[in-house]
Amino acid sequence: MAKRSFLIPGVDKRLLIKDSIKTMPDVSRRRFIAGGASLGALTLLTGCDVIDSSSAEEMLKQVSKFNDAVQAFIFNPDALAPTFPESAITKPFPFNAYYDLDDAPDVAGADWKLEVRGLVDNKKSWTLDELYKLPQVTQITRHICVEGWSAIGSWTGTPLRDFLKLIGADTRAKYVWFQCADKDGYNSPLDMRSALHPQTQMTFKYANEILPRAYGFPMKIRVPTKLGFKNPKYVVSMEVTNDYKGGYWEDQGYNSFSGS
Amino acid sequence: MSSLTVTDEQVSAAPAKVIQPAWVRIMHWVNALAMILMILSGWQIYNASPLFGFSFPREYTLGGWLGGGLLWHFAAMWLLMINGLAYLVTGFATGRFRKKLLPITPSGVLHDVRAALTFKLGHDDLTVYNYVQRLLYAGIIVVGVLIVLTGLGMWKPVQLYYLVALFGDYPTARYIHFFCMVAICAFLVVHVLLALLVPKSLRAMIIGR
Repeated sequence: MAKRSFLIPGVDKRLLIKDSIKTMPDVSRRRFIAGGASLGALTLLTGCDVIDSSSAEEMLKQVSKFNDAVQAFIFNPDALAPTFPESAITKPFPFNAYYDLDDAPDVAGADWKLEVRGLVDNKKSWTLDELYKLPQVTQITRHICVEGWSAIGSWTGTPLRDFLKLIGADTRAKYVWFQCADKDGYNSPLDMRSALHPQTQMTFKYANEILPRAYGFPMKIRVPTKLGFKNPKYVVSMEVTNDYKGGYWEDQGYNSFSGS
Repeated sequence: MSSLTVTDEQVSAAPAKVIQPAWVRIMHWVNALAMILMILSGWQIYNASPLFGFSFPREYTLGGWLGGGLLWHFAAMWLLMINGLAYLVTGFATGRFRKKLLPITPSGVLHDVRAALTFKLGHDDLTVYNYVQRLLYAGIIVVGVLIVLTGLGMWKPVQLYYLVALFGDYPTARYIHFFCMVAICAFLVVHVLLALLVPKSLRAMIIGR
């Protein structure tokens, strides 16, 4: 397959880059809790130093784990994400990553293979042509970013649960863990119940066109019941596992369930 | 006759009139802490993708970055929701809302606003709220319910899709959530200022009398 142009028809490249820069996190801001300014404000308000940064950090981690459990408990796998008409699609659909679009993975489709690992009967790797032959469905759903913005898009691909069935995955396992081609090794765990949700999809097309580089060529995992960072792009492997293997953003403090 | 006796007993049994019962005072201060945590962490979250052409100064945000702000927001929400729910249940069950906040009549509000602006609004009996207080306190409870419902809708837009639908759509819920915060901050400024101008009201909220 020829090298793909990252230019998406109808999308202003400058706007895309501007958007991507805006959403890039400042490395210095990635600290779990800033010990200084923000906690200083709280100390000022409470008039004492009860909340020091390490004990606050520990408490917040515990509450976040508790929130994972609460969210898993109230998650109804039959509740479907609202779908929209084509006229509601956001144009242009924003490119979003922690790097510039020019630095996005440029995967050669002909050489790419989806690696399958872990608790599955058939661990054979899948070429793009093989995956394209699987039955596909289209969904028009709202992508919600952890930052608060949202956009409606059209994604086409194979329901993940059909693929998991096809490869004989042990669906009693806790997670499907995805690894991506991003240079910093993006990865993200998906809890099995969300992986088996009817709308969770191995996405090969955006707006009925082969998935462009900006949106995760060759394959993205579209999970409309999860925040955007749990919708990995440029996926290279999936592992069915009982171990919590962490994720790029999850390790930095985003709530791991982060589902709606 | 017997009712007269009972009244006498009540008067002699209570040396000073309790203006704010203990449950009101506890829930008020728990709510104050929860609100401040929610607002400061909410400003951090806002800054990640501002709705308008401004950001909140970093010094007044909680969490250090978006991830930290979210952790604070989703931790303090439990405090806010449990305390708020207990307050609503107790407020209705004890009849406090009905006794203290009703009735609210337009003419009463107009009269008291005029009196307040000309510094003629008395605060002799702190057990009776004037019409401006009734309107603001009832109003802020409604705003509190709205901000929690929009927040829940944004947290679980699939499971609680009907909540999002009630407010229109996801982005609209986000705007409503923001403007409820603005209303709460405006209330907070007036509320704190007035409490400082009438210190015995602050004392009543701390020791009850």
